[in-house]
Amino acid sequence: MDVQTWTYIIVGITFLIYIAIAIWAKAGSTKEFYVAGAGVPPLMNGMATAADWMSAASFISMAGLISFMGYDGSVYLMGWTGGYVLLALLLAPYLRKFGKFTVPDFVGDRYYSNVARTVAVICAIFVSFTYVAGQMRGVGVVFSRFLEVDINTGIVIGMCIVFFYAVLGGMKGITYTQVAQYCVLIFAYMVPAIFLSMIIAGTPIPQLGMGGSGSDGVYLLDKLDNLHVELGFAAYTNGSKPMIDVFAITLALMVGTAGLPHVIVRFFTVPKVRDARISAGWALIFIALLYTTAPAIATFARLNLIDTVSNQSYAELPSWFKKWEKTGLLAWMDKNEDGKIQYLGKAKNGGDAFEGKPAFTKETGEHGQQLLSNKATDNANELFIDNDIMVLANPEIGQLPNWVIALVAAGGLAAALSTAAGLLLVISTSVAHDLIKKQINPNISEKSELLYARIAVAIAIVIAGYFGINPPGFVAQVVAFAFGLAAASFFPVIILGIFSKRMNKEGAISGMLAGLIFTAAYIVYFKFISPDMNKPEFWWFGISPEGIGTVGMLLNVAVSMAVSRITPEPPREIQELVDSLRYPKGAGEASAH
Amino acid sequence: MEKGKLQEYWKINLGYLIGLLIAWFVVSYGFGILLVEPLNAIKLGGFKLGFWFAQQGSIYIFVVLIFVYVSLMNTLDKKFDVHED
Repeated sequence: MDVQTWTYIIVGITFLIYIAIAIWAKAGSTKEFYVAGAGVPPLMNGMATAADWMSAASFISMAGLISFMGYDGSVYLMGWTGGYVLLALLLAPYLRKFGKFTVPDFVGDRYYSNVARTVAVICAIFVSFTYVAGQMRGVGVVFSRFLEVDINTGIVIGMCIVFFYAVLGGMKGITYTQVAQYCVLIFAYMVPAIFLSMIIAGTPIPQLGMGGSGSDGVYLLDKLDNLHVELGFAAYTNGSKPMIDVFAITLALMVGTAGLPHVIVRFFTVPKVRDARISAGWALIFIALLYTTAPAIATFARLNLIDTVSNQSYAELPSWFKKWEKTGLLAWMDKNEDGKIQYLGKAKNGGDAFEGKPAFTKETGEHGQQLLSNKATDNANELFIDNDIMVLANPEIGQLPNWVIALVAAGGLAAALSTAAGLLLVISTSVAHDLIKKQINPNISEKSELLYARIAVAIAIVIAGYFGINPPGFVAQVVAFAFGLAAASFFPVIILGIFSKRMNKEGAISGMLAGLIFTAAYIVYFKFISPDMNKPEFWWFGISPEGIGTVGMLLNVAVSMAVSRITPEPPREIQELVDSLRYPKGAGEASAH
Repeated sequence: MEKGKLQEYWKINLGYLIGLLIAWFVVSYGFGILLVEPLNAIKLGGFKLGFWFAQQGSIYIFVVLIFVYVSLMNTLDKKFDVHED
């Protein structure tokens, strides 16, 4: 059977499973809709959290990104896993004990202030929309590459599926679908990785293969370092970012992860405080499986790529190169007209092969390559490679059977859909619960609140789909925003709310505002106002906009501490609330009040 | 339960947190970033040690840290009789 038929079959089966689960898990109350009735077993919650967390970007792009960044790519590996330690130790058990539905709920109640609640709601909605647009785009991309349907049709199909199980099942439907999606995505990620590891390193365990050696007995990483230096790139295992920036980005990502509302809310869905602790552990195990495999794929793919293309004549390249050239993920401009591919880094007069993304003229050159209309740059590098190719083309590079290629498509879709659903739920809860129920009309019945929540999900899906079809040019840039803002706002405010009884509303609000405004201003300045100044010599302390959330967080803490010391201490009952958060006994049920 | 006991429970909890967070910091920011170069002089199979911590080791240790905390706290909850059920 050909790849296309396999893809239709496998993707079709997975979609049927998701829909069947949605029908089985229909939500009947707001509690089921918002927090799955707080009855999810911790192991399953861990799996759902992992699927919720690992997005289209983790699945499709991360290995490729690390492959090009080498050691510098560690910021994503440590940054997107270390946050779970913070969650398990500092946040999850206490928030579960608090027992409400949302993060703005906690902020609003702990700081006895609707202003604080509103700031939190706006942040939650902004962070979630930023993220969800990218997921919808991811769905469209997978559809268009594997099923050769139009990107927009792909997005619409994805919207319909998410619509069905998110609107019907709420958190309950989403959670059990995510469990299924985790299984699909991890299987789809591991199978090609295991094959690749056997071919390149001779062991079925990619994590070991990465430190192993090839058939010539040379360690893979040593070989890669040598190739990199030879071709003018920074040595793979050394990287080139300044240490302070690596430090700041890693911390901003960790703290940002622990402050993301769609991650935090997952810990409201388990029955007990002790379940909240251990389900963070399960989540990290399930995430670590993919995150420790990704750098191995990165190493294998990088070696394989350089071996296959560097200084080879185009006419003799394997067929996957030509196939992926058609998708625009690879492009070759024969600048010196020798018919061979020169792939060079900065130290050997390399750099971008041409300006911008590849624009093909639809004609083929004398060697059969797709010709480009881009303006050539004056360096010697001739090859353009998109990060995403590393995971998407893996099965073909390893000459794996067609069903494996189809599996990768289903895995990419599972990753994108599960994350999108989790985010959409946060948006709908923020609107129906935090805005309508808590601020506009506290007297609405449970039934109409549930209806508002469903309508809000539906509207959010349509808006997200719109952004997926007409992506704002800045989607890639705003990811830094999502983490930076979560790091500079939610994380400190929640931690201080639990660990400092003295923290009051004046402190929390001024701290959140200081962190938010500082972080947003820094990112907006370097990403939008003067992008040409976005270079290490202009950054404060050498910290890039990706890492500035770390400084924003410190600023938030400093301002809240200072302001809270000179303003009245919080009321007696709030101090008692903080006390009660600290002891698991009588966790009670997640309740509206 | 009386206040003094609960305060003691909270103090022990904070002690665990500080210990585990120090380990969390050392394996990632310490071994994986600040000390990466000196550690890279040591080899672990085909890995330079600092690089291994940055791309593999820190993640494994993160997992271990959470499970250590879970088991410490489950014991502590029982000892102070603040466990659920």
